[in-house]
Amino acid sequence: SSEKQYVGFATLPNQVHRKSVKKGFDFTLMVAGESGMGKSTLVNSLFLTDLYKDRKLLNAEERINQTVEIIKHTVDIEEKGVKLKLTIVDTPGFGDAVNNNECWKPITDYIDQQFEQYFRDESGLNRKNIQDNRVHCCLYFIPPFGHGLRPVDVEFMKALHEKVNIIPLIAKADCLTPNEIKKLKDRIREEIEKFGIKVYQFPECDSDEDEEFKQLDKELKECTPFAVIGSNTVVEARGQRVRGRLYPWGIVEVENQSHCDFVKLRNMLIRSHMHDLKDVTCDVHYENYRAQCIQEMTSKLAQDNRMESPIPILPLSTPDADTEKLIKMKDEELKRMQEMLNKMQQQMHDKDQ
Amino acid sequence: MVIKNEEMRSLELSGQVGFNSLPHQVVRKLVSQGFCFNILCVGETGIGKSTLINTLFNTTFENEEADHYEPEVKLRSQTYELQEHTVKLKLTIVHTVGFGDQINKDESCKPILDYIEAQFEKYLEEELKIKRSLSNYDDTRIHICLYFIAPTGHTLKSLDLVMMKKLDSKVNIIPIIAKADIMSKTDLGNLKKKIMTELQSYGVQIYQFPNKDEEVGEINSSLNARLPFAVVGSTEDVKIGNRMVKARSYPWGAVQVENEEHCDFVHLREMLLRVNMDDLREQTHSRHYELYRRCKLQEMGFKDTDPDSQSFSLQEMYEAKRREFFKELQHREESMRQMFVNKVKETEAELKEKEKELHERFEVLKRMHQEEKRNLEEKRRELEEEMNAFNRRKVAAETLMGQALQGCSQQPLKKEKDKKK
Repeated sequence: SSEKQYVGFATLPNQVHRKSVKKGFDFTLMVAGESGMGKSTLVNSLFLTDLYKDRKLLNAEERINQTVEIIKHTVDIEEKGVKLKLTIVDTPGFGDAVNNNECWKPITDYIDQQFEQYFRDESGLNRKNIQDNRVHCCLYFIPPFGHGLRPVDVEFMKALHEKVNIIPLIAKADCLTPNEIKKLKDRIREEIEKFGIKVYQFPECDSDEDEEFKQLDKELKECTPFAVIGSNTVVEARGQRVRGRLYPWGIVEVENQSHCDFVKLRNMLIRSHMHDLKDVTCDVHYENYRAQCIQEMTSKLAQDNRMESPIPILPLSTPDADTEKLIKMKDEELKRMQEMLNKMQQQMHDKDQ
Repeated sequence: MVIKNEEMRSLELSGQVGFNSLPHQVVRKLVSQGFCFNILCVGETGIGKSTLINTLFNTTFENEEADHYEPEVKLRSQTYELQEHTVKLKLTIVHTVGFGDQINKDESCKPILDYIEAQFEKYLEEELKIKRSLSNYDDTRIHICLYFIAPTGHTLKSLDLVMMKKLDSKVNIIPIIAKADIMSKTDLGNLKKKIMTELQSYGVQIYQFPNKDEEVGEINSSLNARLPFAVVGSTEDVKIGNRMVKARSYPWGAVQVENEEHCDFVHLREMLLRVNMDDLREQTHSRHYELYRRCKLQEMGFKDTDPDSQSFSLQEMYEAKRREFFKELQHREESMRQMFVNKVKETEAELKEKEKELHERFEVLKRMHQEEKRNLEEKRRELEEEMNAFNRRKVAAETLMGQALQGCSQQPLKKEKDKKK
């Protein structure tokens, strides 16, 4: 008999690939942390472009009572035919004032607002052109100068960990020696677990991935939180022109893996897990928000305890206890009368005999 | 909170960032999840639906031959797990059973439309749940409807036209001329043209292969021109030359399924599986399902407010609906209560009637009983009287007899005395 012939649906992945390239992608990245942690520099280094032309930095006096602002930068970038609409959400003013109570509130409000907008759009009748402005990832910059997480770091991450994928970073890591970095990372990992902070977890590798990928995956997981360095300048190091920082005692290369974890962060964030970050935002954070929203709305309808009533279809409530009792009473009365009637009929029947 | 939006601009990259791997990330995730594809085959009994599917997927799916005596149209669905290279496919095939067999075919369309809509309904339900899992939802929505046209040689049947018109807004339709080996090339060409004109003038919208894409636009354009596909199905292998090919063997020659000159099978396979499978899935979700959803929600009373409306709040809308609902609930409760009270009154009245009746009968019986009693009393008295009378007579008779006996014994002595003298 002839050998098994090719049917052809194995081309499905290619079909999907082609369609997704045509459609293009979008990604929203939030950066948070105090001023001067190198957030803008890191973003420029990650995307190899300058998003922050002409920005104004406040001096200390201006920052005493500063409130947190939200600034969105959206850029269109293209690489090898793949188009990406990248939105960077900046949070200047975070942690900069003297009194920083609840300084994360404007940030959580912003994230919730994007969820709400998406929820409304998704529930509408015409869903042709929904724009997804939900925040897919938040890079949180921890200062390298302390011994671990500070109260504001803990509070911020706890306020956001169920709304957005948090990736904590040790900023300006070029002020730490390798040992110090290791100690700090261990300490931060401990504290993250101690305080129950849920940072973004890399998904488990599929068993059929190649060994190289699995090894990389393992290394990534053991390296968090990433210690990063960024640079807007190009220097000459070891005969090459690279992004780096020039010091009297040497040159720090951003993309040198023995100098910092920048490459790991870039690979993870952009080259391998960008799509997963979006998926987790859609399937977990957004769904939690939506479920909570609906439950708050339906909590007034607490009589009926069904968990799965959809919004537009409202549940029918069962008759309340009093009505039930009344119905029962009347039922019994009817039954009694019926019995009496039967008895009388029987008596008459006997008499006739 | 202050939100500032900077204007969007395009930037140049000064090096390799790496997000060009995004399509690969997407594909990798989908491949690990697996794909699903649902085909609906509509056609008369025996027209070759199962054979064609077997030929397309190069497998023999289990199948029962149907007879022509089904009283109504039913649908039978079967799901299979297939794999080709690293791609896993969950294939669901839905066949109509008994389509076109009834004498009165008025009710033929409904079961099929109901089935398609039921799958949309299931998805909509999931989408509206509080805790939903859309990413691993078991999608049963029909992605493609292969409509099998009998090769009668002239034109479409009336049922075909009506059915396709009803289907075209709910599912992607591809019309197929089945058992095409019964027609000559010229006849086939004419039939195709006739069918397409009829469909067009009746306003039936069949699936258009997307021809705007650079890569596949050309193939799809040429495929569009060949509609409806004239197919022949066969799972039997016949030796042609020195190869074994799928074919139907006749005394006058063999019709080779995969020969372009003999039929359009390869084009159908190309179109359905190799080029547009994903587009079919996308169209089902973004066009047909969205249309269903919009109509369904409108039916339930939901309106879209325009995007500038500031007062729009899902919460408000929900509150309004809730109030409305409660009012209706109260109204219904009232009417139910009324109904109940009325029923009770009715039954009470009935029972009272019966009671009255019983009393009346009782009175009647009582009277009768009394009458009887009186009669009996009378009789008794009479009887007593008779008895008394009888007793008196008896006593009188006895006394008489006694007297008579005494007189008899005295008289004979007197005579004797008279003689002696």
